[in-house]
Amino acid sequence: MKSPSPLRAAFRQALGEAWAGGAGVLLPIGFFAGAAMLVPFTVGSEASQLSSIGTGILWVALALASLVSMERVFQADLEDGVLELWAQEETPLFLVAAAKIIAHWLVSGLPLVLLTPPIGIALQVDPGALVPAMLAYGLGGLAFFLWGGVAGALAASVARGGLLISLLALPLFVPTAIFGALATIEGPGGPSLLFLSATTLFALSIAPFAASAALRLAVD
Amino acid sequence: MAENAAMMHEFLIKAAGLGAIRGERVLFSDLSLEVKAGEALVLRGANGAGKSTLLRMLGGLSRPDAGAVERPARHHWIGHRNGLKPHETPRAHLSHWGRVWGSNADAREIARQMGIERPFDVAGRLLSAGQKRRTAVARLLLADRPLWLLDEPFSALDTQGRVLVTDLIDEHRASGGAVIAALHGDAPFQASGEVQL
Repeated sequence: MKSPSPLRAAFRQALGEAWAGGAGVLLPIGFFAGAAMLVPFTVGSEASQLSSIGTGILWVALALASLVSMERVFQADLEDGVLELWAQEETPLFLVAAAKIIAHWLVSGLPLVLLTPPIGIALQVDPGALVPAMLAYGLGGLAFFLWGGVAGALAASVARGGLLISLLALPLFVPTAIFGALATIEGPGGPSLLFLSATTLFALSIAPFAASAALRLAVD
Repeated sequence: MAENAAMMHEFLIKAAGLGAIRGERVLFSDLSLEVKAGEALVLRGANGAGKSTLLRMLGGLSRPDAGAVERPARHHWIGHRNGLKPHETPRAHLSHWGRVWGSNADAREIARQMGIERPFDVAGRLLSAGQKRRTAVARLLLADRPLWLLDEPFSALDTQGRVLVTDLIDEHRASGGAVIAALHGDAPFQASGEVQL
């Protein structure tokens, strides 16, 4: 007998689904780049002005971009009947939810972090600070995706739940946004990076359980 | 595995005093049932009578509004949705659930048995309703689980498909398994009991 590997299977299925969606994977990336690149046109291309708000703009764009494709992550599973199969398995549903969120982050979230240096340069952010800041954007982005996943699970049974997802998730983003923005200004080694890590760990420990509770309600 | 579970317990599933409320309406109340190895229970009732609701309670998807379900054996599920994703081919579907359950079964052989060998590599959205249903049934053959909970298993199936599924149910019962199926119309297999909702 082969050993059962439900979580690996859930992870693979989530990755497969992300790629099968065609341009779906590119949507957050396009949104992120597009939102950030509009800023010089709206606030003016003055270098000093841009560089003072550049890191903050990246945080806002990252937060919004993490939500754009969250609607379908759990809703598709609910509609296909895949969720009711998972809900009857012995594998804890919170682990399946976590696997799906992490897979989604890997496909849609990690590319955003890799994009922060080129976009940061366009926003006149000090180039030397951009690569260290990727750690903060990575940690913060993971927290955004985890809270977004909870909101996506809550809105899974709601048709066109995008607005609901934003309303539910954005307040949860606040601590991450505060410490994330401070951490990118302070640079690595400052206390804010530790607080940012704490908010991400908090999300990592709460979000899977919250998402699975929401999914149980959705499937009932 | 099926026989082990049957030996350890008298029953594969037992429900006592089940009740379901939808809005202001009582769908059913004080419903008790017990299914042992080799049995096949058919759930009957008009549309909206609560067949699916009962089945979902038995499978553990819905919490009963009254009563309790005891299910010592593992079970397979076919709901009214097939669990097949639009981009998923029957091959991908069977290898996915095979991975989840640690199945050794040969997916292609199962597909041949279910008559879905030809569209084995065709994405789910391009399959006919019957082919999707056959893929869902094929999933049950990946792992040996004593109890099958089936919601309208024959829906969308052609004559040959109905015969296939009937044979599978008979085989499953003969090897110590049990089936609970929500059906409308005549049961093509010999039911051992019936619940009228």
